[in-house]
Amino acid sequence: MKICVLVKEVPDAAVQKRLVNGRMDRGGERNLNPYDTHAIEEAVRIKEAGVVTVDEVVAVSMGPESADRAIRKAISLGVDRAVHLCDEAVAGSDVAATGLALARTLERESPDLVLLGQQSDDGECYTIGAVVADHLKMPSLTQVIKMDVREGTLICERQAEYGYDTVEIPTPAVISVGDAINEPRYPSLKAIMGAKKKPVDKVTISDVGLDASQVGELGSKARWFRSAAPPEKAAGEIIEDEDTNATVERIVAWLDERKLIS
Amino acid sequence: MTDILVYALHYEGAFNKNSLGAVSEAARLASQIGGEAHAVVVGEGVTDDLAAQLGDYGATRVFRAEGPEGLAQPVVDAMAKVIGDRGHGYALFGGGLLGFEIGAGLAARMNAGVVMEVTQVNVEDGKLVSERPILGDSSISQVRYEGDLGIIIGRLNAFEAKTSGGTAAVQDIVVEYQAFSTSARMVKRGEQRGADINIEDAKVLIAGGRGLGKAEGFGLLDDLAAAFGGAAVAATRAVVDAGWFPYAGQIGQTGKTVAPKLYLAAGISGAIQHKVGMQASENIVAINKDANAPIFEFSDLGIVGDLNKIVPKLTAAVKAKKG
Ligand SMILES: Cc1cc2nc3c(=O)[nH]c(=O)nc-3n(C[C@H](O)[C@H](O)[C@H](O)COP(=O)(O)OP(=O)(O)OC[C@H]3O[C@@H](n4cnc5c(N)ncnc54)[C@H](O)[C@@H]3O)c2cc1C
Ligand SMILES: Nc1ncnc2c1ncn2[C@@H]1O[C@H](COP(=O)(O)O)[C@@H](O)[C@H]1O
Repeated sequence: MKICVLVKEVPDAAVQKRLVNGRMDRGGERNLNPYDTHAIEEAVRIKEAGVVTVDEVVAVSMGPESADRAIRKAISLGVDRAVHLCDEAVAGSDVAATGLALARTLERESPDLVLLGQQSDDGECYTIGAVVADHLKMPSLTQVIKMDVREGTLICERQAEYGYDTVEIPTPAVISVGDAINEPRYPSLKAIMGAKKKPVDKVTISDVGLDASQVGELGSKARWFRSAAPPEKAAGEIIEDEDTNATVERIVAWLDERKLIS
Repeated sequence: MTDILVYALHYEGAFNKNSLGAVSEAARLASQIGGEAHAVVVGEGVTDDLAAQLGDYGATRVFRAEGPEGLAQPVVDAMAKVIGDRGHGYALFGGGLLGFEIGAGLAARMNAGVVMEVTQVNVEDGKLVSERPILGDSSISQVRYEGDLGIIIGRLNAFEAKTSGGTAAVQDIVVEYQAFSTSARMVKRGEQRGADINIEDAKVLIAGGRGLGKAEGFGLLDDLAAAFGGAAVAATRAVVDAGWFPYAGQIGQTGKTVAPKLYLAAGISGAIQHKVGMQASENIVAINKDANAPIFEFSDLGIVGDLNKIVPKLTAAVKAKKG
């Protein structure tokens, strides 16, 4: 069995995300999308468990040159090798174009299982999995928090609108995992050093059979054209807790003023 | 003439409130662009009665397909067929989870643009424009669609369900499902994990998240709720998924929507998917040790500090105040 994990480079959580001239500021520290570490961990656990034989875990990423760092981080977490779709033509892709480009890149690998994170820390669409699955013609589920892997089939659990669902899905399949599925491990120093030397296969859109009209701003049918400010909301009051007795006194006074303690 | 197609999710004989909101929103928008609002229902033996209810929310036509329930991909097939036959200009979904999967799958299938987490849809030059808040709701992106179809996935509770007194014609459609769309099998649906608690009627809600550290951490919140008297305890998905708290007490995108007089959060970061279920609360108080936690952006009173120190003393103080 071959498992592909989709990993993305995102602005570091510690960096204040902001807009510059209506566009996302791409400057500052960037790192591996934290939600993707759960997908990597799950792939590694399936391999280690040995219920099914996993030949390879391959990370697939679309992003600029700088994404190499996030990809190396993925390798340090247990991925065997990586494919990096790196092409200026994909800049500005919307969800549908991103999913198409990722699907075409995945197709060359013929995976039995594609794993994704629950959301990207910057894009927050939680839907790339559904786009990829339709292009690959594979069954799919998002937000999976428990996955029992058997030969040719997966028993998945996830929370949906009405409670928890249990769904049986044959492989090949596309699964996005929720962050409750596992606790990702920290990479060893040896793994971090080793990741620097592992091969990363850099590909362009023509390598995956796409042309510039299908991706990037040209290929995107959802077009951002304007930003607006959200309605003004009075800032709330903030108390820094230094002396807890005093803090609590202030909270109670605040609540009492609003007749919330009756 | 541009018609709008809505997916209406149903479960145990009733439509989802967010789907009804989407139908009403589609009717409102369709009237402005000279079209009609239509709906797709997919299920096992959906009755005429149920399907026709959508007429009262503004749908003029309901396409009913026999198919598996609770899974997205069969609905993609059904909607792709209807749009292929009738040329709808937009597809609209209410907030939740399935709509996200269906809308995204449909975008791939129809080579269409999709925008999710939409809080408002406007008509400009006869075309729909989606507004999506981004970057922790600090900015709103306005997005247009190119091509024959535009897909709009609403944020939870973005669209209000309104009855119109209208009626809908129910029409059966035969969908040739794709093999991959029907290969998944629902083993168990809608399992209610944990006790059946009620958080929707309480005037005061004390909500806890991962910051409680462990399941036992909820004991602190039970004590505070008891001090207020008549308050209920609620939670985030993170702690429900972890098995610390019952699903019935979860607030947010795949849980309950609440609007108490007082919502007090302890150890909750304030993710959008949580916010959408509680932002209509009258007074929002948050205790979080991280001064940069997003919840402080929409709190009326924010306390930066350790809940383990603050909550027990607050419980004692509330008790004393009540006498
Ligand atoms: C499709 C989808 C649907 C979702 N549906 C829902 C939903 O219905 N409801 C929901 O809630 N979430 C939902 N989520 C998950 C959501 O995105 C967040 O992951 C979740 O709300 C986070 O829960 P949390 O705040 O408990 O945990 P965290 O985000 O981990 O936050 C814990 C907070 O506790 C603080 N903290 C830690 N220790 C202390 C201490 N000692 N004192 C004070 N503060 C402390 C930390 O600073 C942190 O801010 C959904 C996600 C997706 C993708
Ligand atoms: N550019 C990308 N390259 C690789 N994987 C991605 C990319 N964008 C999104 N993903 C994957 O899709 C998941 C969901 O992201 P999103 O739908 O953007 O919230 C992420 O956790 C990643 O696994």
